[in-house]
Amino acid sequence: MQLTNAKNIINVKCDYGTPAVESKKEVSLTIDGQTITAFEGESVMRAALKVGINIPRLCATDSLKPIGGCRLCIVEIEGARITTSCTAIVAEGLVVTTESKEIFKLRKNLLDLYISEHPLECLVCSANGDCDLQALCAQHGVRGSRFLVEKRKPHKPVIDKSAPYFDYESTKCISCYKCVRVCIETQGTFALTVKHRGLHSEVCSGLFDFKNSICVSCGKCVEVCPTASLNEKSMIKMGLPSKQVATTCAYCGVGCGLVVETKMDEVVRITPNANTPSNKNHLCVKGRFAYSYVSHKERITEPLIRESINEPWKKVSFDEAFAFIAKGFNKIKEKYGNDALGSLASSRCTIEEIYTLQKFNRTAFLNNNIDNCARRCHSPTGYGLDQTLGTSSGTQNFDSIEHVDVFLIVGANPTNAHPVVGARLKKRMRVNSVKTVVIDPMETELVSSPLIKADVHLQIKPGTNVAVLNSIAHVLVTQNLVNKKYIKEQLDNTLVKKYMDFIKQDQHSPEHVAKIAGVSSYEIVKAANIYGSSDRSSIFYGLGVTEHAQGSDGVMTLANLAMLTGNLGRNGSGINPLRGQNNVQGACDVGAYPHSTLGYEDVTSQKVADKYSKAWGIEQSTKVGQKMPDMIDSALQGKFKGFFIQGEEIMQSEPDLPRIAKALSKMDLVVQLDLFLNETSAFAHVFLPGSSFLEKNGVFINAERRLSRVRNALKPKVELQEWEIISKIATAMGYDMHYNHPEEILDEMKGLWSDISEVSYDKIDELGGVQWPCNKANPNGSPILHEDKIIREGGGALKICDYQETTSAADVDFPLTLITGRVLVHYNVGTQTRRTKNSDWHDKDELLIHPSDAQPLALKTGDLVRLTSRTNAISIAVKLSKKVKEGTLFTTFHHPDTAINAIQGWDKDKATKCPEFKVTAVKISATDTLSEWQISRNEQVEKQKYFFEASVEELTE
Amino acid sequence: MIKIYVPLDTTSVSLGADEVVEEITLLAKQNNQDIHIIRNGSWGLVWLETLVEVEVNGKRIAYGPIKAKDVAGLFDADFLNAGEHPLKVGDITKVPYLAKQTRLCFQRVGLVDPMEIDDYIKHGGFTALKKALIASPESLIKEIELSGLRGRGGAAFPSYLKLQATKDALADEKFVVCNFDEGDSGTFSDRMMGEGDPFMILEGMFLTALAVGANEGYIYLRSEYPIARKVLNNAINLARKTGWLGKNIQNSGKDFDIHLRIGAGSYVCGEETALLNSLEGKRGTVRVKPPFPVHKGLFGKPTALFNVISLVSMVTIIEHGGKVYGKYGYARSRGTCPFQLSGNIKYGGLVELPFGITVRDIIEHFGGGLEFSFDGGRDLKLVQIGGPLGYHMSKNDLDNPLDYEHFKTLGGHIGHGGIVVMGHDASAKELAHFAFDFCALESCGTCTPCRIGSRRGAEMMEQVISGESVNENIILIKELCDTLTKTSLCALGGITAVPVLSLIKNFPNEFEDRYNKYVRR
Repeated sequence: MQLTNAKNIINVKCDYGTPAVESKKEVSLTIDGQTITAFEGESVMRAALKVGINIPRLCATDSLKPIGGCRLCIVEIEGARITTSCTAIVAEGLVVTTESKEIFKLRKNLLDLYISEHPLECLVCSANGDCDLQALCAQHGVRGSRFLVEKRKPHKPVIDKSAPYFDYESTKCISCYKCVRVCIETQGTFALTVKHRGLHSEVCSGLFDFKNSICVSCGKCVEVCPTASLNEKSMIKMGLPSKQVATTCAYCGVGCGLVVETKMDEVVRITPNANTPSNKNHLCVKGRFAYSYVSHKERITEPLIRESINEPWKKVSFDEAFAFIAKGFNKIKEKYGNDALGSLASSRCTIEEIYTLQKFNRTAFLNNNIDNCARRCHSPTGYGLDQTLGTSSGTQNFDSIEHVDVFLIVGANPTNAHPVVGARLKKRMRVNSVKTVVIDPMETELVSSPLIKADVHLQIKPGTNVAVLNSIAHVLVTQNLVNKKYIKEQLDNTLVKKYMDFIKQDQHSPEHVAKIAGVSSYEIVKAANIYGSSDRSSIFYGLGVTEHAQGSDGVMTLANLAMLTGNLGRNGSGINPLRGQNNVQGACDVGAYPHSTLGYEDVTSQKVADKYSKAWGIEQSTKVGQKMPDMIDSALQGKFKGFFIQGEEIMQSEPDLPRIAKALSKMDLVVQLDLFLNETSAFAHVFLPGSSFLEKNGVFINAERRLSRVRNALKPKVELQEWEIISKIATAMGYDMHYNHPEEILDEMKGLWSDISEVSYDKIDELGGVQWPCNKANPNGSPILHEDKIIREGGGALKICDYQETTSAADVDFPLTLITGRVLVHYNVGTQTRRTKNSDWHDKDELLIHPSDAQPLALKTGDLVRLTSRTNAISIAVKLSKKVKEGTLFTTFHHPDTAINAIQGWDKDKATKCPEFKVTAVKISATDTLSEWQISRNEQVEKQKYFFEASVEELTE
Repeated sequence: MIKIYVPLDTTSVSLGADEVVEEITLLAKQNNQDIHIIRNGSWGLVWLETLVEVEVNGKRIAYGPIKAKDVAGLFDADFLNAGEHPLKVGDITKVPYLAKQTRLCFQRVGLVDPMEIDDYIKHGGFTALKKALIASPESLIKEIELSGLRGRGGAAFPSYLKLQATKDALADEKFVVCNFDEGDSGTFSDRMMGEGDPFMILEGMFLTALAVGANEGYIYLRSEYPIARKVLNNAINLARKTGWLGKNIQNSGKDFDIHLRIGAGSYVCGEETALLNSLEGKRGTVRVKPPFPVHKGLFGKPTALFNVISLVSMVTIIEHGGKVYGKYGYARSRGTCPFQLSGNIKYGGLVELPFGITVRDIIEHFGGGLEFSFDGGRDLKLVQIGGPLGYHMSKNDLDNPLDYEHFKTLGGHIGHGGIVVMGHDASAKELAHFAFDFCALESCGTCTPCRIGSRRGAEMMEQVISGESVNENIILIKELCDTLTKTSLCALGGITAVPVLSLIKNFPNEFEDRYNKYVRR
């Protein structure tokens, strides 16, 4: 299918029926008189489709192994009997005929058999016009079933409407089993199976309905279903879409390519873009289905202002709002100086928008007080990888997962937080020879799930990453599992000896560390041996490494492992942060950092300041800006008065919420740019309406450093785009800033950041995404970094990071350790996903507790407990689970009414001030009331609701 | 102590062998006779079951068919000393039915105690294996090539090619799988082998393993054979205990072990790829080929998958040499085949003969002629060869020799060697309906023609039976048969047309539209 009807859609890839082969050896064969070449091992079907000969098929698709079930793809091959082209392999000199009277007759008979079992309700069927069976019957002139001599005896229909986003109806199933096969091969959940046999075969979601089965609603089964057996509820309701736009998902850092199908300015369906390499034609429940927040009734589309946070909002025009903001910020500037102002960029926005904001901050506020949410997630990654390897980013692309032999997964739960990468990891892990080591206090799906069993799971005590990773390094060094050649050639040899002396010390021995981390020393040795024994070992890590007091140390110790074994710079080996947000890599890349500008140029350098002074026409400060926690600190001291917050819900995501609340209420002007009024809005003086990703144009940069295009699939609901809003505020404040189109902003960035000098929207379209560095040397981007040599000047640096017990650790008074994280269906603070049907699965945060920890209080699932930390207390319902270890608790931070962050302490990573979210010492007690903070929060919510409703009334009067 | 042989074979047991054993034990005790009952396999002379043999002066004297009520009479006739009795058969090996056969595979079935490994060795067991342990894989495969052995499961694929391909496949692990899912109606040779001489199967698997370089084997046994399961389990345990299975077998440095797995009652699991899926614990659905099991079989590893009779044939071949075995046979069908004779016939049973004998010869010389006793002397009507989806021969076809190629030309197959004789009460229409119905019942559901076509075929045939639109239906059925044959994924759907079309061809008058014929007149 080639779709070229719209200018802004990249050609949707044709489905080649069977998977690509690795071989590049060519054979030539004749298909329908045409001599063609194909790769050795390819199917005849694929070879034919590549030259545009479309062979009918119902059960074949190029993401699945062929099963030869539908038999419609039969072809004649000279010298052989009629055979299916999906299973016939090309060979030199093969002569194939895909269309003949005989083949046509047989195909027609097969279709006749299909419809003899199929309800002929096309006119009122939800797949009408979108049904492969219907199309093939039309193509073959099937006008009814000749073989059906009796009245059709329909099987007892199974109708399952339990899933929030799609329906299942057995009568329309044609037994191609694509749904079952994608669930196994692509998604790896094994939720679907077939029961009974022969004509009674029936697809079923195990023993339960879809909602209650292990199905994760990735929706791939719905997408591949050729009929209406599995169909989106939205398609059933709205019918076929009229417009398609290719764009990029705005949830996690995987950055999946989407094809958004719309009509009447509403989304009808979202499917994966087969052209984008990040997601390999796959999506998750969030990217595919959780889009309804975009048109949620609570969306704010007009600016709101108020003089004080204790009075109702006032709806105003943009111009009024800009004047109000400019006046407020300029007043602060005069009264308290430049340093009293700052902004927080959102890594959910496009790089163009973030660039505009940091430029605004540096030209209108005239300081470097600009930060982004990487501060509280992957800032240690940026710092740690820069210190050791010389680049603040992951070293591989996701495609290289398919070449990894050993996975070291540390503090990451990709199947929940990065589901598409999770599925790709699981697919590789199901290969027998592939080994996996997981270091995580939780039992994640990568430890144990259908056909997945980690070879080693180090279920460590939270906060002991550095000790364990050093111990692995100790084993690698003492057992001589290191790559001596690589160390000699690629590493900074001035540091090697010192590091070796350090790591050989007895304090790093597995026996010693086992006691600290609460794991067995044997397992540590085994993990080291597995990791060190392969030259295709890859590290994937997440916030479980970074959100610690030793977050940067954790990243650097991981980089040490990769450097010691030489597992870097090749396809299948490297070190990869699973970055949390769609554009968090981009936000850091384009300078939303207090210490660096675009491409991580040091702001303290006069040369850099001069460069930007020249480019922007205004003198740049060489003073390092305040990090987000610094801004909060100075606000508490009364020194920070004006804050621009771009799409960040800091009153839910930052630690120690009462402290944040206090800091915000001390500010004179808080300007918020967001989609919805939220917890932070309670402290805002101006609310500016933002646009959702479906209403924007621009670029996201994902965890692989890949620039992907974002295009507006829907008409913007807000008059001004976010980059326009920001530039107009800058102008109102006295710095003239103007752009006509986001590409103008990209062009400006290209001039300032050499690593993207060769990028253009057209190139991104053409390649389906470009990975920086994309410059003169690498005009098509760089999938893998450190290929020839480690980028850091002087070679890779082995950093000495000794383990130190965190001050957040549990003790006698607070005996339990709380970790927070995510579930699959919700994203981050849940602003978006809570406003979709994803809440059907998860409508409140729950505290996972090991049964033996629950026993002293005789707790059972559903009981409310008071969770008290050293700073505060909240109440939360418990759920007994063995996924957590004894002494460890786990909960999510998706729901603001739980306010779990209220009890988290103020401990931070030393280098980057990333908060220690993953270790909070707590105690539990039984309760039946909400905590003080929760009650005051609820009162605040009521008050703000009134303030907003009052503004609506004012306007209608 | 007097040795008495009573078969443990399923056929014998269904005819009361267990009761006969009970009765003999009881009466021997009463008569103070010191006897030892050995449960052997069946000789395959089914009409003589339950056959009781007594060893007198080193010779075995047979009596049969014996029911429990006859046992007292045997004691009265002093059968323990070969006394005369109306049911006395004498030396069983002298019975022409057996004497005329060429028993290579079944040389020990009936003769030996299947529960004793020593008895197997005493009667020449493991001779082939001892040779093979010191021979090269190449020489083993060469012998099989010389013998001309072709797969006895039904597909008749040259066995040496399969061995060679498995041997040549590169892998860290290889498997040998024994297909013991004998599901064809009218076949019982695998079962008799499993119940009567289990060690020969183990030996055959080991030989195969040596030829292809495998260290592990699986027997996939159908659940309907509980006695074979018991006997095979015992055999595997005994072989392990005595060092014929396990590590460093007979100090040869070679390792091989066998696991027994039981099916779940699906006919299509006799198809090799469905069998492998079932063995792996998956649904028993057919896989596409290629890849063939020799390259990607059990658990994705190269697998030599053979039928029971192919495996035991290899034992004979290695023991006596490929040339000796290859001397038997006809055209490209070399060696012997245990044909299984059943149905509406006087002398049913297992007949192991070289290929090339005509169907008529088997029925006349072994089955007791075309006349049969219990249907008023009426004539034979048709013979179905090769299982429930086999070719239906009319009386005119009976002079066809049993030869793979001959049957292929005819439009059928020898399959697993089952010969079912049917009399005049058999209805061609009902049989054709049965073929579709059987396919619909046993279809795995993967491919469309078999999944849906079989049911449509059965429905159309129901109409033919009730006389509705007969001519139209027959035209459609023929077209459906063509689609099934040409487009089915595996042999199940692929050969469903064989019985239907052969019946329509051989008994056209039964598929005529009687009503319309009358009107036309």
